Amino acid sequence: MTNIPKKADILFSAYSVEPYQILKDAMKRKKEDIIQELLDSGLRGRGGAGFPTGMKWKFGAAEKADQKYVICNADEGEPGTFKDKKLLTDVPRKTISGMAICAYVTGATKGFIYLRAEYRYLLASLEKEIEVFEQKAKEFGLDFEIKIFMGAGAYVCGEETALIESMEGKRGEPRNKPPYPIQNGYLGKPTIVNNVETLASVSMVCRLGAEEYKKLGTSDQKGSKLFSISGDSPKEGVHELELGMKVSDFVTEYGDGDTKAIQVGGVAGYCIPRKKFESTIIGEGQTTGGSTLIFNSTRSMYRVLHNYLDFYAEESCGQCTPCRVGCQQLLKGIEAVKAGTKPPKYLDQLMKLSNTMNLTSKCGLGQSVTNSFTTIVENFREEMIF
Amino acid sequence: MTNITLKIDNVDVTVEKGTSILDAAKKVDIRIPTLCHHEDLCIAGNCRICVVEQIGKHTLTASCATPAEDGMEIKTSSPKIRKARKDIMSLLVSEHNTQCTTCYRSTNCELQDLAAEYNIDNETYLSVLKPNLEIDKSSWSIEKDDSKCIRCQRCVRTCADIQGVNALAVTEKGNEMRVSTFMHLTMNEIVCTNCGQCITHCPTGALTERRYYDEIWDAIDDPDKHVVVNTAPSVRVALGEMFGYEVGTQVTGQMVTALKKMGFDAVLDTDFAADLTIIEEGHELLARLKAALVDKDPNIKLPMITSCSPGWVKFIEHMYPNHLGHLSTCKSPQQMFGAAVKTYYAEKKGIDPSKIVCVAGMPCAAKKYEANRPEMRSSGYQDIDAGLTTREIGHMIKQSGLDFKDLENGEFDSLMGESTGAGVIFGATGGVMEAALRTVYAVITGRPVPFERLNITPVRGLKGIKEAGIKFENCLPEYSWLEGVEAKVAIAHGLTNARVIMDEVAAGTSPYHFIEIMACPGGCIGGGGQPIPTTDAVRIKRTEAIYKEDMEKPIRMSHENPEITEIYEKFLKAPLGEKSHKLLHTKYRTRKRY
Repeated sequence: MTNIPKKADILFSAYSVEPYQILKDAMKRKKEDIIQELLDSGLRGRGGAGFPTGMKWKFGAAEKADQKYVICNADEGEPGTFKDKKLLTDVPRKTISGMAICAYVTGATKGFIYLRAEYRYLLASLEKEIEVFEQKAKEFGLDFEIKIFMGAGAYVCGEETALIESMEGKRGEPRNKPPYPIQNGYLGKPTIVNNVETLASVSMVCRLGAEEYKKLGTSDQKGSKLFSISGDSPKEGVHELELGMKVSDFVTEYGDGDTKAIQVGGVAGYCIPRKKFESTIIGEGQTTGGSTLIFNSTRSMYRVLHNYLDFYAEESCGQCTPCRVGCQQLLKGIEAVKAGTKPPKYLDQLMKLSNTMNLTSKCGLGQSVTNSFTTIVENFREEMIF
Repeated sequence: MTNITLKIDNVDVTVEKGTSILDAAKKVDIRIPTLCHHEDLCIAGNCRICVVEQIGKHTLTASCATPAEDGMEIKTSSPKIRKARKDIMSLLVSEHNTQCTTCYRSTNCELQDLAAEYNIDNETYLSVLKPNLEIDKSSWSIEKDDSKCIRCQRCVRTCADIQGVNALAVTEKGNEMRVSTFMHLTMNEIVCTNCGQCITHCPTGALTERRYYDEIWDAIDDPDKHVVVNTAPSVRVALGEMFGYEVGTQVTGQMVTALKKMGFDAVLDTDFAADLTIIEEGHELLARLKAALVDKDPNIKLPMITSCSPGWVKFIEHMYPNHLGHLSTCKSPQQMFGAAVKTYYAEKKGIDPSKIVCVAGMPCAAKKYEANRPEMRSSGYQDIDAGLTTREIGHMIKQSGLDFKDLENGEFDSLMGESTGAGVIFGATGGVMEAALRTVYAVITGRPVPFERLNITPVRGLKGIKEAGIKFENCLPEYSWLEGVEAKVAIAHGLTNARVIMDEVAAGTSPYHFIEIMACPGGCIGGGGQPIPTTDAVRIKRTEAIYKEDMEKPIRMSHENPEITEIYEKFLKAPLGEKSHKLLHTKYRTRKRY
């Protein structure tokens, strides 16, 4: 039986309540109450890593410092994702309001939107929005200012510590963790970094209440989520869906009738082959940033993987050995197997290597290469060879 | 201070909070391999060879970069770890030029050691070494071979954190990521002080000194040439490390014998020139003090700063070009030596100076550059023909087939081979200051410095910036103008510390009269030409050996060196005199910052 994935209409809904009214209302509440509301809502980071937002804020609020920062991560760089762009274009006040609520709760007085280099065209409109916000903040008596920081195009700068390094004028390379940004972030101060969608969702949780919000989703994943759908789909675009749908249902709705595989979570995510459509629920067991690429039977999965590895080999920051060299080895390795200069069993060696990369890389970039590599090689091994 | 306890390989370890897992393991003698880690430097955590298992965590943990936590359970050896480390080593080797047989650092290479330990082959992974990488041999001092680079960034951190120069930096990303220079300029075009600290912190052969020993062998083999070598004080307390001696062993006598057996026509002592430097620099200081205190000359620059360290000199030329007047005009001992060899020595020995090849054995990479500065030709020839590092001397001794450990002790040749304890201590940070104070105080008061056995301990040690004061009392009549004056001095080593001192000088707030600055941490004993590795533990031992040699010397003040007395009587006539001015003093140039 096919179920149509449940669509949600929260994030892009018109400003039924003026977002800054949400902020105003939030500021009447106790800080701990808001944190509790977020914890109750089950909201997790929407950038991909899925850390519980309420928890992050709780830690941020508990830090003692003369200065704290809130950073909105708008360096939307995961291939196949474009939801944050749409949020910032259509409903920027929801995100800005989320930042301000975060500032209120954690005691941060300065905020930044780290805007992806390719989104420079949004700069003027966002600056106008910030002017509007700052008027409101003054009116509400909230000591919080927002500046926009332009990224420069590196994929790795979406990783929060690399993002902070780049804001400090350094090379955009991930830091060793711990300490985490929540303790030692921008300029060494406690810094709460949240994704654009997460912050917009915070506004929505505050408006709807945790009870209402968590009615959507599954036991594992609460609420609604934006999916950036691309590839072989007649319905490419950003769709807000309730979490917890079967891949088969998703493909029926968004595929072109000939779907061979989907890649969930961008190049850092997983490939799901047709044979597992029925048994897999999107977002269960692993979180996703929402990038969903649909491939039909005309696509070569070797080309898909090659493309991913090519991307990784270039976008690794290069500092740590497993990621820098590992990505090159995986790329050269599948080329060698395809060309017949290495035997098919060399793929097993490469699988082990991707496991080592997962275990030893410094940041999520190198750690997650194994996701797409193993799921594509395991499920489409013959395409890698012949 | 809070203590925490964790378990490493089932052993309870109690350490101060904030200690890394790596250091906690060291405390109980558990060795974890490292590459990007160097105890002089900040933590990078980028090579990942030091990964360990943290119970309860799926991924492995970089032990150098992770603070130990209370109750943590760590395993440092397991199948998971061994496989991961072997893979990481294989990856590093796959992007490395593995022609170890032709590598200068072979048998003194951290990558080679670990590759052997993990039995790494060339088959597991494909080579991703970039083809056609050219070795940058443009600098007089430093060669850069990217095919040997493992991207550990030790050089980058050294240049940034210890030296504050940032000549080397990481550029590009991903598969193109590499250590390069501003705008990828060649090593001779960039703002580099040639200090060579990048070399001594490099785990492989990616950064090495430019070698000159083939030219020197040619000169030795040429019967027409009279080849003179002089060796700096720091060489004799470190050279032994090249032959398996314990760190801090003095091998002065064996070194002299080796050099003689190798065919050098004369083996002289740079310490002689160090004593000479003290006479010239001490009198320069007195002249400046008099001009400032008595004549109230507003153009006199105080504090006066030493100029023995060519890395430091190039640093100030680049970074503080408007303050070059503070530098002593004295050449470094090496260059004084060269100028004197090709004039005084040539004259006394009756040798045509054009036939003399003057070689300097130095703990230093910058000395190679200094020898080639156009200012350094005051004898009418290039004063020093080539500078060798301690490491190169070690290699040459090995090339000669000498069994270093079996050599008898030899004596330096005469005329410029006598030295005092004051000349010896030039090798350690604070040494030039101490030597200068010993002589200056004696000249002013007619008495030795009021420190027990002449040991001016406040200026010694590895503290980054040291300060001291010495009051002149009961001065001789001609120095009565210094009566009651307290000379304030400071000592800095490592260019980051030099910058602190210079910022004060530039702001006009420097409270000192005289400052000693050495480019390298620890002074010359920690120089860029010294055996590898150099760490603080090594610096301390080499320094101890320096002060031991000082104590063993019958004469410990430069002005009492009989050969110094002789050179002034027979040749130079007077400190700061006309000949001194021509041969022993120099000028500096302003340089750009990019």
